[in-house]
Amino acid sequence: METLTAALRSLLPHDSVITDPVRLRTYECDGLTYHRATPGVVVLPDTAEQVARVVRVCNDFGVPFVARGSGTGLSGGALPREDGVLIVTSKMRRILEIDLDNRRAVVEPGVTNLAITEAVRDRGYYYAPDPSSQQVCSIGGNVAENSGGAHCLKYGFTVNHVEACEIVTPNGDLVTLDRMDPGYDLLGAFVGSEGTLGIATKITVRLSRAPEAVTTVLAAFESIEQGGQAVSAIIGAGIVPAAIEMMDALAIEAAEAAVACRYPEGAGAVLIVELDGPQAEVERQFTQLTEICSGAFELRVAADAAERAAIWKGRKSAFAAVGRISPAYIVQDGVVPRTSLPGVLAAIDRLSQEHGIRVANVFHAGDGNLHPLVLFDDAEPGAGERAEVVSGAILDLCVEHGGSITGEHGVGVDKARYMPKMFSADDLDTMQLVRCAFDPRGLSNPGKVFPTPRLCGEVPGVRKGVHPLVESGKAEQL
Amino acid sequence: MGVTVRQADADDAVNGVPPRWVALPETVEEVSAVLRTCAERDLAVVPAGGGTKLHWGPPPERCDVLLDMCCMNAVLEHAAGDLVVRAQAGVTMDALAAALADKGQELALDPPFAEYTTVGGTLATATAGPRAFRYGTARDLLIGITVVLPDGTIAKSGGKVVKNVAGYDLGKLFTGSQGTLGVIAEATFRLHPLAADRRWLVAETEVSDDVLLRLAASQTEPSAVEIDCPDGKNTTVAVLVEGSAAEARAVALREVLGDGTVTAEAPEWWGLILRDEVLLEARFPPARTVEALAAAGEAGFSFRGSAAAGRAYLESRDDVPEDELAATVTRLRARLEALGGRVTVLATPYEGVDRWGQVSALPLMRRIKERFDPGRRMSPGRFVGGI
Ligand SMILES: Cc1cc2nc3c(=O)[nH]c(=O)nc-3n(C[C@H](O)[C@H](O)[C@H](O)COP(=O)(O)OP(=O)(O)OC[C@H]3O[C@@H](n4cnc5c(N)ncnc54)[C@H](O)[C@@H]3O)c2cc1C
Ligand SMILES: Cc1cc2nc3c(=O)[nH]c(=O)nc-3n(C[C@H](O)[C@H](O)[C@H](O)COP(=O)(O)OP(=O)(O)OC[C@H]3O[C@@H](n4cnc5c(N)ncnc54)[C@H](O)[C@@H]3O)c2cc1C
Repeated sequence: METLTAALRSLLPHDSVITDPVRLRTYECDGLTYHRATPGVVVLPDTAEQVARVVRVCNDFGVPFVARGSGTGLSGGALPREDGVLIVTSKMRRILEIDLDNRRAVVEPGVTNLAITEAVRDRGYYYAPDPSSQQVCSIGGNVAENSGGAHCLKYGFTVNHVEACEIVTPNGDLVTLDRMDPGYDLLGAFVGSEGTLGIATKITVRLSRAPEAVTTVLAAFESIEQGGQAVSAIIGAGIVPAAIEMMDALAIEAAEAAVACRYPEGAGAVLIVELDGPQAEVERQFTQLTEICSGAFELRVAADAAERAAIWKGRKSAFAAVGRISPAYIVQDGVVPRTSLPGVLAAIDRLSQEHGIRVANVFHAGDGNLHPLVLFDDAEPGAGERAEVVSGAILDLCVEHGGSITGEHGVGVDKARYMPKMFSADDLDTMQLVRCAFDPRGLSNPGKVFPTPRLCGEVPGVRKGVHPLVESGKAEQL
Repeated sequence: MGVTVRQADADDAVNGVPPRWVALPETVEEVSAVLRTCAERDLAVVPAGGGTKLHWGPPPERCDVLLDMCCMNAVLEHAAGDLVVRAQAGVTMDALAAALADKGQELALDPPFAEYTTVGGTLATATAGPRAFRYGTARDLLIGITVVLPDGTIAKSGGKVVKNVAGYDLGKLFTGSQGTLGVIAEATFRLHPLAADRRWLVAETEVSDDVLLRLAASQTEPSAVEIDCPDGKNTTVAVLVEGSAAEARAVALREVLGDGTVTAEAPEWWGLILRDEVLLEARFPPARTVEALAAAGEAGFSFRGSAAAGRAYLESRDDVPEDELAATVTRLRARLEALGGRVTVLATPYEGVDRWGQVSALPLMRRIKERFDPGRRMSPGRFVGGI
């Protein structure tokens, strides 16, 4: 570690290499705080060239490296390695170019998601993918996680809005992946690869034109079933709203306690539907929507931006708010086909009762992305374990219904062991072929995404008997 | 497993290279069995969908087996309530569209003449049409894929939910891979409701970048802004509007364009490639459309495509000898690259024409090919850098 640090110091300004144990602790974990590790050394490069040099040094020493943006990840993706280098992009925060004529911006990876929109908003443009963490999360982290947000139902995810990425490959080459280039869609493969295929150092994003009209509606239903039916009816009517979000009674209670959002009293579920687009289109859809939601006992329509913000306030603060009604909680992130929502929600309710663990439901109803908040009291013996069981069982439900174990938070370290529930050994081996092409030495964020990856020299498809890593006790077969 | 195999004849040739056999698998397992057998005997394989574009790309270095996907033609699952469809690779785009239209939905790609073209071929060639501006291209609409690797391994990624970030997206890698990584067996797409209404604004007019940009950025939200220029001189602009009040929105766009007729029918050239013995794809920043148009015209190509999305297809206006075409392509490419664009030659009968130009990540692409197809048996030589 010491010779490595010396080598890094020779490449970077003195204050960009952190070894002080107290300062290293700042980087122990990301938004998922129960996985922690103190990084061997932290570097804060200023330029892509510096990132490349750092990665080359890691290659020379054969040590792993992990990229970190703002550390808001919720799957432990940026969990550092004690034997490795953590490469933090927080100094790389320049917006390099804004080209509205071509609807694009070129930015460094540390730029926050919201900063891009703020740079162009007054000229009628915005950057569409809007994770709830958008004020702080970095665009590099968004690319790595293929982040989404409430508006992804209509507008798609990060991968649909990234035009090009300059990356440092795991062996230290600076390469540009561009949607325009002929050849394999390496850009598409890189987005969402959670830092395991290299480090993004420059990102070209697509900017979107602000819509002519936006209408935000809050509909309060007596029960979650009624809310769910309304969601199906909206999609069935051929409407693709910009967002459809839903919260159940417990989530509403939490939001109320935290931010006094004044959602209709006694609601079993609230639905937030945002329509946007050309005025005429929004008007027609709004008429249809009011008919569909005729079963709601209250329907609020935001008259202006302030009222819109008020409607969104409860939803946006829901995660933080559950702290008000529960000492501890786990945020789950699973996906089911939208039409399975009613069945899955009922099953979650049964799980909750069986285990005596409350579950608050907040979700992107439009695309079936559930964020159940599994509540427990960490002072109560065994409660944490029971919450874990419920949380895991919810993922099983998602997979059983043909869904996914993660809709936006990523696999990271947290869900690597769930990957075999969704994918066969052959599926995972095939993904490893991509990994091995980019990163034959396995130095880029190892231990994330894949359970017990096989070594790149091994030929997939002919595996027989016990894996050598398992046999030697270095790995576990899950 | 009894996979149907027949002797190939001259009609089965892939860009002039005749295979020895044609295999007609009916299931994913049969595709796997064919590829495993080919692996054991070191036979080279070229997958085929409708066979309409087998002349795109260089001829294969070798070709023993043509893997014809025509028997894998089932729409496996149309979950209308989820706006998702899963289909076998051999389903024709017409059959798919018909199945979806029954429930008022569509896959928002615009392949014309889709009687023969297949889901697999459409993905493998990754062509994009007018509405890519609004809906994205095949890679953006694909949410799950099942592929068979050259050694017979069956692998899937993604799934049947739109929102999903578990694992690497193999679908992206196979979209546009021209049959060089393996065989696409099944694909799952996100769908859109069929638009309530549509109108085209069409004008034979000179264009300026400024007007084109204002059309694309208009809050009436056109789905496509297309240009047709068959002779290097006369241009037609057509703008598509979909959804409510399409007529009124198209009329509003006429203010921006300053000219034009609003119709309920697409112009006859809309999204069509007619001659593709020599066919180029030009990519360019949307704000440089006029320059790209001029460059194509001066090089002797017709220009048809999307100003808004910065992608056009160029057909050669004359029969040009090999040397001349090679030189023209090189000049045109240099000119577009200076604008931040690209020129790819999708089809040419000549070996001496550089089809791809510079590919910045070529070493990485080669490593991908080596991992997926170490025996170089899948469509060898058909892709960038001789991959
Ligand atoms: C309150 C809250 C709300 C959230 N809401 C959402 C939401 O709505 N939607 C959503 O998708 N996510 C959400 N998240 C999760 C998180 O914000 C996103 O995953 C985000 O993209 C992470 O960005 P980051 O900069 O914080 O990345 P980090 O946490 O620093 O890193 C995340 C991953 O990206 C990798 N990485 C970081 N930078 C780079 C780079 N330059 N190149 C390559 N790899 C890199 C890391 O190695 C790690 O694997 C939320 C998180 C919180 C705490
Ligand atoms: C929006 C759009 C607009 C288009 N416009 C036109 C047009 O105007 N005129 C026109 O002529 N064409 C047009 N096309 C292209 C046309 O649709 C192609 O014919 C089609 O993409 C190829 O389909 P195919 O089944 O005939 O493929 P084939 O010709 O059989 O194969 C094409 C390529 O794909 C590979 N391939 C085929 N199936 C598979 C598979 N299952 N797995 C792996 N590789 C495979 C082949 O090896 C070959 O390299 C358009 C396409 C789109 C999407």
